[in-house]
Amino acid sequence: MDVSQYLEVFIDETKEHLQSLNEHILILEKEPENENTINEIFRAAHSLKGMAGTMGYTRMQRLTHDMENVFSEIRSGNMKASDKLVDVLFQGLDAIESYLASIVETGTEGLDDHEDIITELNEILEEGTGKSDPSKKPAKKESAGKKKSSSKKKDETAVNEKEKYRTLEIADHEIHAISEAVADGMKALGVTVYVDENCLLKAARAFLVFKAVEEFGEMIKSSPSVQDIEDEKFEFDFSMIVLTEKDADKLKTAIANVSEIKEVYVGEIDIDALAVPPVKKEDVKAGEPKEEENEETEDNIDEKEEVQAESKTVAKQPEKAASKQTPQPAKSASAGKPVVNRTVRVDIEKLDVLMNLVSELIIAKNGLVSIGTAHANDSRNSFNEQIEYLESITTNLHESVMKVRMVPIENVVNRFPRMIRDLSKKLNKQMELYMTGEDTELDRTVIDEIGDPLMHILRNSADHGLESAEERIKAGKPEKGSIFLDAYQEGNNVVIACRDDGGGINIEKVKKKALEKGTITPEQAETMTDQDFIALLFEPSFSTADKITDVSGRGVGLDVVRSKIEALGGDIECKSILGEGSTFTIRLPLTLAIIQALMVEIGKEKYAIPLGNIQTIEDVEYSDIKYVQSSEVINLRGSVIPIVRMDKILEVEPLEQSPDSLTVVIIAKGDRMVGLVVDNLIGQQEIVIKPLGKFININKIISGATILGDGEVALILDVNTLV
Amino acid sequence: MEDISIKEEVKQYIVVQLDNEQYGIDIQYIDNIVRMQRITRVPKAQSYFMGVINLRGEVMPVMSLRLKFGLEDDKITNKTRIIIIKLDPQSTVGIIVDQVKEVVTMEPENIEKVQNTTDKKMGYLYGVGKHNGELISLLNMFNVIEDDE
Repeated sequence: MDVSQYLEVFIDETKEHLQSLNEHILILEKEPENENTINEIFRAAHSLKGMAGTMGYTRMQRLTHDMENVFSEIRSGNMKASDKLVDVLFQGLDAIESYLASIVETGTEGLDDHEDIITELNEILEEGTGKSDPSKKPAKKESAGKKKSSSKKKDETAVNEKEKYRTLEIADHEIHAISEAVADGMKALGVTVYVDENCLLKAARAFLVFKAVEEFGEMIKSSPSVQDIEDEKFEFDFSMIVLTEKDADKLKTAIANVSEIKEVYVGEIDIDALAVPPVKKEDVKAGEPKEEENEETEDNIDEKEEVQAESKTVAKQPEKAASKQTPQPAKSASAGKPVVNRTVRVDIEKLDVLMNLVSELIIAKNGLVSIGTAHANDSRNSFNEQIEYLESITTNLHESVMKVRMVPIENVVNRFPRMIRDLSKKLNKQMELYMTGEDTELDRTVIDEIGDPLMHILRNSADHGLESAEERIKAGKPEKGSIFLDAYQEGNNVVIACRDDGGGINIEKVKKKALEKGTITPEQAETMTDQDFIALLFEPSFSTADKITDVSGRGVGLDVVRSKIEALGGDIECKSILGEGSTFTIRLPLTLAIIQALMVEIGKEKYAIPLGNIQTIEDVEYSDIKYVQSSEVINLRGSVIPIVRMDKILEVEPLEQSPDSLTVVIIAKGDRMVGLVVDNLIGQQEIVIKPLGKFININKIISGATILGDGEVALILDVNTLV
Repeated sequence: MEDISIKEEVKQYIVVQLDNEQYGIDIQYIDNIVRMQRITRVPKAQSYFMGVINLRGEVMPVMSLRLKFGLEDDKITNKTRIIIIKLDPQSTVGIIVDQVKEVVTMEPENIEKVQNTTDKKMGYLYGVGKHNGELISLLNMFNVIEDDE
């Protein structure tokens, strides 16, 4: 067995807890007295610590432990969440994140101890709680020790019963092995290990115990079997027999060093006694289980306190502890990168729907089979029926599978409030982020990619968009700047709009810069509209910030954002009003793989136009075509729409056109429209999008290809590029 | 001993005909050979790309070796074939040839390697092999497929 099978769960959950900590500490900063928040923080920190310990990531465990100490003091009201503390806590979270990143990459947590953060945490802890703290700790430890020793004696009687290894049934060949080993000067040690009841990953614990034992000698038997233990098929204890040359005490300490192990009992096994199974003992002791249990829980508490105190000492010698507990992950790293699969958490209901559809699919298939075997006058009729049935199932199936792939955008945007807070401190500007529509769902692949571009735009808004406090007051705006992040669905697209109430884009400044850099010529500048200038911002290496800060302004910004979004099949545009703020609007396709499309013929070639883009289809008389600046337009119900001859754009050999009218597909993007002239409409169809392959250069206007029912390949037009 | 045998491996080549010349393609890069089929033109792609085909449900770009080598256009006959080249799992491409002739095994000593050259056309070749008294130009598939337009 390998703890790495828990790695995925660990990574997922750690991310969740980190996120929750981030969110709640933000709240805590604003409402230091909010009890629910404090409790939530404490819970998350505690789970983090537990999980890190379980996986054997000692550095991470130590850091989370010290953070938890702070939270615990806050919870008990001994100290307040000061600004400084919140800063340090956020640093701590970042450090944990970096551990996690390292674990994802290499399987180990890395070597950075983040000593500075830990020291700072402890300093704050001492300041905050007064001098009571340092004296309190050792006292606790001492009393725990005392309790322990006093209860030890009482335990003594119970111990025998707890030493379950004495009751192990040992087979003949095992006895043989033991006696041979004893003859060789080795000892047969019986071991019973009790795992903490609160332990989340018992099997992982057991595994670490086995690892520790292996270093001492050979384990010849375990109860339950190793397989069962790996599958977590045991309560809270397991026993084993180990052949070793070393001392029982050493083995005991080694096992006890594995965290979340409650108790360990080690004793030598007497082979002579083995022949008679010691059942009697158990009968005798069976009388006092109740008391025993009380003892146990009390013990448990002591143990916990001791563990806390202990990890203090562990903290002083992290190297040693680390070398003891981390060999396992280190090994797996040397064996190659741990492959952490990308997972999607799926609502069980969605899976149920899928399951139902698949069963229907099977029924439909059986229907077809029976038609095939039936003699057949009416078979044609029922055949069509079955095909229709099949069609409705496949459509539903497609929809459900798509839904399974959809995740709320929340997963990406929920880290932004924290980012804005940090930026606010760094830039020394007051600002607030308002988000809506976090539950808008997007395809998982899009979600993964959209985070960085969004972050970039937000940083831009914070750094360049929002003015400094003085400027804002001068302009009659509230001192605190606002950034809005709104997500919503619009047709087949998801729109994410990032708006700020800052200064807006200074067109003159852009113009000056563009002329300076030679991006445009003075002649060009004269004919350019404001929108054209704004579009320049998306050109490579164009930054208008006068000074380069480390927040943004290296000139690798918006063009990267744009190319990333375009790679996802979306687009981005920007609107800005000087003095009032700017809005960046990102439009992304809802799904990537399968879309509804209108099939059209241009010349003799077939093309697909995604239905989501299509507004209407119009029949236009030649006489209705007007010319504006020598380009063709039509006047459609009061709005003037430019038209595009698709055969020219796609370099198709033109057909002899039908003389009386043109078929025009009207495309809308935001509030702009354009009409595409096509030769023939084929009809609406569900198409599967396929990539075109790596070597062929494709124009932006082609977004992919699809395979039609007859096996022919048709290209999909990305009409957004024409609007 | 071992080193030498790895370096100077005996390789198998598929011999194809293009115009009146014979070319050899290292068999390890060949995924499949299919008959000519309907090709969908892709607007504004490189001129030597004929378009894309449907190869068992996957869309595959197809280039004309003739156009790439600056020969005249393909004349599609019954013998025309598309050879599917797979350099690595993500990158497959089809190339159109006039005819597929045979598979030959080439001893390293029968191959004369092309010296470093700036000539674009020579860059497409890895070497020239002699087989049964005929010369076979061995293609360097990486250079052939690479975009040079």
